[in-house]
Amino acid sequence: MATTADHFQAHADEHHHDADHKPGFFARWFMSTNHKDIGTLYLIFAIFAGIIGGAVSGLMRWELAEPGVQIMGHIVEFLNGTPSDINHDGHMWNVLITAHGLIMVFFMVMPAMIGGFGNWFVPLMIGAPDMAFPRMNNISFWLTVAGFISLMLSAFFPGGTGNGAGTGWTVYAPLSTSGSVGPAVDFGIFSLHLAGAASIMGAINFITTIFNMRAPGMTLHKMPLFAWSVLVTAFLLLLALPVLAAAITMLITDRNFGTTFFDPAGGGDPILYQHLFWFFGHPEVYIMILPGFGMISQIVATFSRKPVFGYLGMAYAMVAIGVVGFVVWAHHMFTVGMDVNTKMYFTAATMVIAVPTGIKIFSWVATMWGGSLEFKSPMVWAMGFIFLFTVGGVTGVVLANGGLDDNLHDTYYVVAHFHYVLSMGAVFSLFAGFYYWFPKMSGKMHSEFLAHLHFWIFFIGVNIIFFPQHFLGLQGMARRYPDYTPAYEYWNHISSIGYVIMAGSMLIFFANLIYAFVAGKKAPANYWGEGATTLEWSLSSPPPYHQFETLPVIEDHHSHHDAIGAKPDTATAH
Amino acid sequence: MSTASIERKNRRVGLIALIVALAMLGLGYAAVPLYDLFCRVTGFGGTTQRATMAEAVEAQKQAQNAGVRTISIRFDANTAADMPWTFRPRHVTDTVQFGERDMAIFEAKNLSAVPITGTASFNVEPEQAGKYFNKIQCFCFTEQTLKPGEEVAMPVLFYVDPKALDDPNMKHVEQITLSYTFHRTR
Repeated sequence: MATTADHFQAHADEHHHDADHKPGFFARWFMSTNHKDIGTLYLIFAIFAGIIGGAVSGLMRWELAEPGVQIMGHIVEFLNGTPSDINHDGHMWNVLITAHGLIMVFFMVMPAMIGGFGNWFVPLMIGAPDMAFPRMNNISFWLTVAGFISLMLSAFFPGGTGNGAGTGWTVYAPLSTSGSVGPAVDFGIFSLHLAGAASIMGAINFITTIFNMRAPGMTLHKMPLFAWSVLVTAFLLLLALPVLAAAITMLITDRNFGTTFFDPAGGGDPILYQHLFWFFGHPEVYIMILPGFGMISQIVATFSRKPVFGYLGMAYAMVAIGVVGFVVWAHHMFTVGMDVNTKMYFTAATMVIAVPTGIKIFSWVATMWGGSLEFKSPMVWAMGFIFLFTVGGVTGVVLANGGLDDNLHDTYYVVAHFHYVLSMGAVFSLFAGFYYWFPKMSGKMHSEFLAHLHFWIFFIGVNIIFFPQHFLGLQGMARRYPDYTPAYEYWNHISSIGYVIMAGSMLIFFANLIYAFVAGKKAPANYWGEGATTLEWSLSSPPPYHQFETLPVIEDHHSHHDAIGAKPDTATAH
Repeated sequence: MSTASIERKNRRVGLIALIVALAMLGLGYAAVPLYDLFCRVTGFGGTTQRATMAEAVEAQKQAQNAGVRTISIRFDANTAADMPWTFRPRHVTDTVQFGERDMAIFEAKNLSAVPITGTASFNVEPEQAGKYFNKIQCFCFTEQTLKPGEEVAMPVLFYVDPKALDDPNMKHVEQITLSYTFHRTR
């Protein structure tokens, strides 16, 4: 593989002037059409949004550290300058949980996974010079930013009992229609429109790029699993987001233009909103995790120095998860009043998803089995992901049961479940991908020591936050409330301590970033060694501004391996 | 492959993807009438059925052949928050034979000083009874206008389809609640 890398390097040097010519600062970063620059912008944006979303959850854990409502009133007084009361305290809580959910889903995980790593590495991995529609890529990014600004603005407008949109991230009617008077919810919904339009355009871009711009010889069945994961994700986005757009547009017209889609007084039905929302919402949870699956596959293969076990099974497991993910939505609404046959169907269909997911977990473990393992920072994050995602998956199978869900619905058990698969699943895969590719993107090596330290403290912190929430949920503590009976104090207190530990680990993450940029060693083209075999490792770190002006040719030496196998050398420039 | 031809191909795939997205947007809106239709046809969520008098007569014949079985019906009436009417059933419960036509009377009074038009939304509980609960006539089929202080008695003519006796999901159902909510018509 090293010979291949040299090959490319030499090639890049010949054309150094055209390949690495960058526009001026403003044109480069504000009018960018370069997939790597846009990827960088997305990652910076996601980190920024993640800090805000994470800080919001800090306020929530602070409030929940002990029974009674202590913190919300201070926030209301700080923001509005007027004394608060119990209703305004409660509304502020609703605003915070709404902001936390929407920010983390639409402005942290999705931009980082798809916009960030997807933009950066899908073209590199498939040997394409850029995305299919570079200008549309730029529009996608700035629409996402506009959406985020709209959401932030909503906090300063009336939303019913006080300022801000307090609807929950699901924006259920009638709370979001007749229940929230004032422009805050309109700003929140508009933010979803913008972020949704951005993601649909991104999805069109990825689908076109992956279908049309693969290097000669790179068939779909030789494509790296990360590219596969982004392809499946793009299809989910394309099919699910327009349904959300339709539902929230109906909310807007119900709120402002007198329609009654979700109002029984005019023949509408609020349950219809829930069906539409979750028809989008369930694929959305796979949109958030599938690119993570892709990254984990690359990382586990790299640090096991083996092609991933069962490549085709891994690819089609993701396709299966995507397809079945569209027909299980009502398991989010088991308690709306459903007859037993409907519940049985949605329970069984949901459990079917455990099969392809199990194939993936099995295949990652089988990849490691007998591999030449190296516990570099991306690998420990990936192994943390596999373990914690499995824990979240197991509680997911519990919740899939319509009968059990009657009891557990909207309790902290659900909160614990989806934070295990997202706050630990998706976020662990993001950090794994970040440490895996950060030197490739920046050209600077991070500190492996700090990355490991970050992992261990973060791992301990998030488990202390979320594991006790299983107990609270089983004991009946309901989610979405700022207060609780003192019976729940013990585990809530511990959960809040976990937050402080997790927040401390994030300081290490930022210290590591500063270290890398100030004192980090220059990263070679392939700093992970012979296990790293996909095309991005054949380019310098950072890659030239324009890569693959002559397309790499993938020779047909092997078929079912994860992209470019370690041997024989298959990627050569012509 | 030349740049021009790859651009043409890209535009084609991009356009197809855009059409798919727009079709899903359309399907999102199509879900509104389709959901309504689905509920009417299947009785999903306790949506009651409409029957003609001829169907009611046919059902009664079938029921007589099957022997006499009864079920309790509970009547529930309430109003939306912004509706200044009183609204209640004359009798709270009634026991009927399967297939037998029964008339329930609801009483409504406009407490306000202005005429108000209202429409009643309805369903039955348990949900699986929806497809067997047939209304031949109902005040809920049309809008009702009450003058200030006016009081009216409003009838519902209904029967419970004897086919319910063959449905295992209806086996332990001893009472069906028929519920109405009056909303101000918009």
